[in-house]
Amino acid sequence: MEGDVSALHLVLTADPVLRAIVRLSLEVSLTAVLLSALIGVPVGAFIALNRFPGREASIVILNALMGLPPVVVGLAIYLLLSRSGPLGVWGLLFTPSAMVIAQTVLVSPIIAALSRQTIEDLWVEYHDELAAMNVGPLRRIATLIWDARFSLVTALLAGFGRAAAEVGAILIVGGNIDGFTRTMTTAIALETSKGDLPLAIGLGMVLISIVILVNALAWGARRVGERYAG
Amino acid sequence: MRTPALDLPVMLVDVRIVAGDVTILDQISLKLEAGPPTVLIGPNGAGKTTLLRAAMGLIPASSGLITWGGREISVPTRRAIMYQRPVMLRRSAAGNIRYALAAAKVPRAKRDARLHELLAEVGLAGLERRPARRLSGGEQQRLALARAFARDPAVLFLDEPTASLDPAATKAIEDIVRAITARGVKVVISTHDLGQAKRIGGDVVLLHRGRLIENAPAAEFFAAPRTQEAKTFIAGELLV
Repeated sequence: MEGDVSALHLVLTADPVLRAIVRLSLEVSLTAVLLSALIGVPVGAFIALNRFPGREASIVILNALMGLPPVVVGLAIYLLLSRSGPLGVWGLLFTPSAMVIAQTVLVSPIIAALSRQTIEDLWVEYHDELAAMNVGPLRRIATLIWDARFSLVTALLAGFGRAAAEVGAILIVGGNIDGFTRTMTTAIALETSKGDLPLAIGLGMVLISIVILVNALAWGARRVGERYAG
Repeated sequence: MRTPALDLPVMLVDVRIVAGDVTILDQISLKLEAGPPTVLIGPNGAGKTTLLRAAMGLIPASSGLITWGGREISVPTRRAIMYQRPVMLRRSAAGNIRYALAAAKVPRAKRDARLHELLAEVGLAGLERRPARRLSGGEQQRLALARAFARDPAVLFLDEPTASLDPAATKAIEDIVRAITARGVKVVISTHDLGQAKRIGGDVVLLHRGRLIENAPAAEFFAAPRTQEAKTFIAGELLV
């Protein structure tokens, strides 16, 4: 009970430590979701609209990658970025950039797989009309992505949910360095193990609030958009 | 003055279309020329929709030849099709027509004026901002017609455009068909409705089980059908 009150106090007074952790968490997760969208939506659209050898296998693999274990991704990125790894010269290990890379690897398959399904469903619906209008391949892709935008937002939200809640990968590649790579999830894990429950609970409250807020905003945007676009 | 109708005449010569081991169209030969409408009639599964799609260039012939204005290139220049259940793009009514105008490569500067002409032509003026999917069935059919007109077609294929509409909405579509025919657009329309075939007139083509049974001017077809299938169909008996 005492921990809850202290946690609320930290949140309401916008404690600087808590604020810094929240800011870094949002920066890392939102950047990862943005990068994942830039990768995942075109990949999903390509697979949805094209027939090529191995397409079915690539769909199965893509769907399977949605369940990538974060610690395995963290380990793989760690090996790549460590001093003796192939990308060690970049010096990114234990930096926010490494955390963004790890979360991008985790989130991209989610956005790609959900985008593939969404765009393929819409393509089945639109195929005849676009064929009748003699719409070319590039315009076709742009049309499908634009007209599926409200459903694609759900894919982005799923990706954001994964990124915001993830702890294993960023803990390995970020190192949970105080004031530099400490995020909400890694801080909660650390503070709980240290017994500092107020900060852990406060961060937990903020994390859940952010996830609800982002989803509420996306839902509102979807409703407004549908009212005008149908 | 309309530009030359590059897509006319549409010629089908011994066209056969096969899907798997099913023959959908069998040795169809038909010439669609500028002039009065051509009405395709026949029971379900006769091949009307497939014939329209093949004539539009959306389905290749398994054998035989299809030409448009003497060319074998299937890319439509001035032909358009409206399906029985047209899909509305997830945009406003105006957005749907703007999209069709852009796809038809109408210069950007002319699109707004053309948009309003088309909306007025199909009786949808004032509904520009309404999401297309929230329009009534009849309004959606008319919006689909406006989208088809955006291509300034010389030939327009209509696949049972009034199949699910009430009499008032059906009349609205038929009035539009008459108006565009008067403007010189060749209309090829499929229907189950013998009354509609009589009202629209022109030539009647009876299809049955993928074969062309009879092709004659409407007055002649209904007054003196030459084949037993045509007599059966006109009598309102089941053609199986």
